[in-house]
Amino acid sequence: MIMDRLARALDDRLRLSPLTRRALAKVFPDHWSFMLGEIALYSLVALVLTGVFLTLFFDPSSADRVYHGSYAPLEGTTTSAAYASTMRLSWDVRAGLLIRQTHHWAALIFVAAILVHLVRIFFTGAFRKPREANWLVGVTMLMLALANGFTGYSMPDDLLSGLGLRIIVSVVESIPVVGSRLVSLGLGGEFPSDEMIPRLFVTHVLLVPAALVALVSVHLAMIVRQKHTQFPGPGRTEHNVVGSRLYPSYSLRSLALLAWVLAVLFALGGLVQINPVWLYGPFDPAQATSPAQPDWYVAWGDGALRLFPPWEIRLAGHLVPAPFFPGVVLGGVTFLALYAWPFLERWCTGDRRAHQLLDRPRDHPIRTGVGVTALTFFAVLVVAAGDDIIARLLRVPVYDVLNVLRVMVLVLPLLTGALAVLLARALRRSEATHLGDLTRADLRAARRPARADERTTADEPELPAPDRPGERIELWPDGEQWRWRYRNEPAGVAILGNRKAPTEREAADSARLAYPGVDHVMVPGPPPPPPHPVRAALRRWATTAIGASLLAAALRHRRRRRWGRNGPRPK
Amino acid sequence: MRRPRVAPAPPGVNGRIILSFLVSAAGAIGFAVTYGLGGQTQWEGVCLAVAFAGLAIGLAIWGRRLVPVGGYVEEHEGFPPPPEEQAMVAAVLTAPDSPVRRRGLLAALGLALTALGVAALFPLRSLLPSDRTRPVRAREVTPWGPGVRLLNADGRPLRPGDIPAGSVVTVFPEGGADAGDAPAFAVRLRPERFTRPPSAGHLDGLVVYSLLCTHAGCPVRLYLKGTGRLLCPCHQSSFDLFADAQPVAGPAARRLPGLPIEADADGYLRATGGFTAPPGAGYWSRP
Ligand code: HEM
Ligand code: FES
Repeated sequence: MIMDRLARALDDRLRLSPLTRRALAKVFPDHWSFMLGEIALYSLVALVLTGVFLTLFFDPSSADRVYHGSYAPLEGTTTSAAYASTMRLSWDVRAGLLIRQTHHWAALIFVAAILVHLVRIFFTGAFRKPREANWLVGVTMLMLALANGFTGYSMPDDLLSGLGLRIIVSVVESIPVVGSRLVSLGLGGEFPSDEMIPRLFVTHVLLVPAALVALVSVHLAMIVRQKHTQFPGPGRTEHNVVGSRLYPSYSLRSLALLAWVLAVLFALGGLVQINPVWLYGPFDPAQATSPAQPDWYVAWGDGALRLFPPWEIRLAGHLVPAPFFPGVVLGGVTFLALYAWPFLERWCTGDRRAHQLLDRPRDHPIRTGVGVTALTFFAVLVVAAGDDIIARLLRVPVYDVLNVLRVMVLVLPLLTGALAVLLARALRRSEATHLGDLTRADLRAARRPARADERTTADEPELPAPDRPGERIELWPDGEQWRWRYRNEPAGVAILGNRKAPTEREAADSARLAYPGVDHVMVPGPPPPPPHPVRAALRRWATTAIGASLLAAALRHRRRRRWGRNGPRPK
Repeated sequence: MRRPRVAPAPPGVNGRIILSFLVSAAGAIGFAVTYGLGGQTQWEGVCLAVAFAGLAIGLAIWGRRLVPVGGYVEEHEGFPPPPEEQAMVAAVLTAPDSPVRRRGLLAALGLALTALGVAALFPLRSLLPSDRTRPVRAREVTPWGPGVRLLNADGRPLRPGDIPAGSVVTVFPEGGADAGDAPAFAVRLRPERFTRPPSAGHLDGLVVYSLLCTHAGCPVRLYLKGTGRLLCPCHQSSFDLFADAQPVAGPAARRLPGLPIEADADGYLRATGGFTAPPGAGYWSRP
């Protein structure tokens, strides 16, 4: 009732119905990999919510403060106000520790979700025309997410974060010509400066989140405008999207995902300790923790710093120190390559067509190989960030571990990349649907390079409709309106148009856009509803239940007859 | 009006959804009660997790079992728009009175905007340190200098006898103990074991070096007694104290800068100059 009146009131002023009708009927493809971006989105929601709470208690200042609070070992010591307020949040603000830890976990999962999302976009070729712009927005968001993670990690002014910040400052300082000046500009002095924490704070709670929220909006707006891609399948073409509608199906499922993400984050935040700053102690330029490992998403940089040999360049009285290469060059090349990939690939393949249908990784062995190579390389770097821990666990000298890793970081990516190309080719050339189905002969055949005619199969234009018999579009009046559906009798597929059309023409136009060239037929009434998993399951259960009870009844009847009234009784 | 009919709820589904939402409500209440009783991180986390998991399960069952899943298709208009549409936009933009066509005015506007943009960059300079020291100069200046006494972590001046053989003592400059580039360490070694004379000299085997790793500036805190090696906890560079703190393994490429010292008339240790090189990580203009 109230909703009705509200809706009408809004409609009278904003004319929302036509928009809403289309929006509610928007179709999303049904594939789990499309949830990854949403997990990132919902982690961002959790980050903003928990972050606002923390902001109310955090004191971004490096001024001296005498700590008084529930954590006895530090009682009475002089620390920075930032550290003291983090301690108060953790020990003396009710639910403060829960929110702090949940915030940290959300940051870790946020970056992880972005990364896995990127990997799916990459391996399925979702970045191809027309979605290159969204890929660029995405890479920028990844950088912003890393930046926000790092600034947040550095703010509490504890010993571990101080070490991390010092390393990053040194990496920036290593940039030729401008390094020292950049540091000076950023910190307002030498490390550790008094301006440092206030500036980190403004960056962490205002600048980067604002940019992230703006870019997420652009990202989502572009997805709505361009619609989702989809994996190839029956009834799926370059001209349509097949799946479930936003309302009711996806709204429910997406809300469920939001609740899942929050459930997992709060469970982690409550039960799994993270960044216990009281154990590290306040920052002190003369102290260090050991072992010292950063959060996972900066570990690749840390690992690279460990692996890179002590090579420095002296240029006419100037110095290019060692951290420049693993720090600045590697990071720069990584993100440049990410930004450039869609254009590089287009330049190499010459494929300028728009794509709404996704590749499977096997469809594009070279891309798959490059992706696997890059992933392996970064995975080895992440492992290298724990070289001291590995050495301790294996009881071998840390420099032996280092040398092994130095070789592995160069060799392993090439091996895995080559293997990926081989497997992708084998899968593509054979009948196998899964890796497990591959035979030895398939692998042997995959060793020879792709023939020219084969290279294009993935991007082959679809068969024209007249060569695909058995397909048709059915149109029927539904009250005052019209509906249509796509039907492929031999394949047993029937897919309903996502919304009603006010006229027959409009219904026919939609159908023509979605399935160009497929014949239209008029049918008198609504065909039987599309086979629905719930219904099918119900029917199966009902049949089984009826069958089972009949069987049971029959057995009982027989038993009774055979044993009469004196037969054995069930215990 | 007919709609694609929603299947009547299969038996038990409604019940499971309601149960999930009840569990969720119980979790929320549990959280509120825990909080009210004084708060306890683990319970708070578990209760909230239960609250959200209940919601999630209820909504997921609802979304999977009570509404149609899959089986819909939406047309894709495709890009680019029809040529007529594009032509019409182009016509509007290039109409005779269109601002886009007044090249001269546009150039002037561009000039004004560029000037504004450049001017807007100037305030960025305010981010530099207020005392206007050039960054490179700041890197070379440390609180150490001739006559600065060596203090221990408690702020007491040190005599040579306060540095026992075989252990590393962190030292700070008098009057500048808080500076980030100041920390140093003193260690007593047997002079006959020196394979390379310390560049800053030594006082009967007593040497003082900057504590900051020359790789990326972490304090080199781990002393491996006997070997005379000092290990950096950040990326495991190791420095050989018998060879003038030369890096021997790991990613560091330069020696730790030494600090020349002497004992003053009262027997306290003091520096006779600054570090032999700027402490910490390398940078472009490092001498
Ligand atoms: C702040 C982090 C990000 C958020 C919140 C986010 C969110 C989303 C969401 C909700 C979707 C639709 C569902 C899906 O396809 O998974 C999506 C699609 C997409 N994202 Fe992201 N994303 C983020 C980062 C990235 C990154 C790092 C990239 C790539 C470098 C990227 C590239 C894309 C592309 C190309 C699509 C369209 C995919 C398609 O239609 O198949 N996104 N994003
Ligand atoms: S900072 Fe010492 S090894 Fe990197």
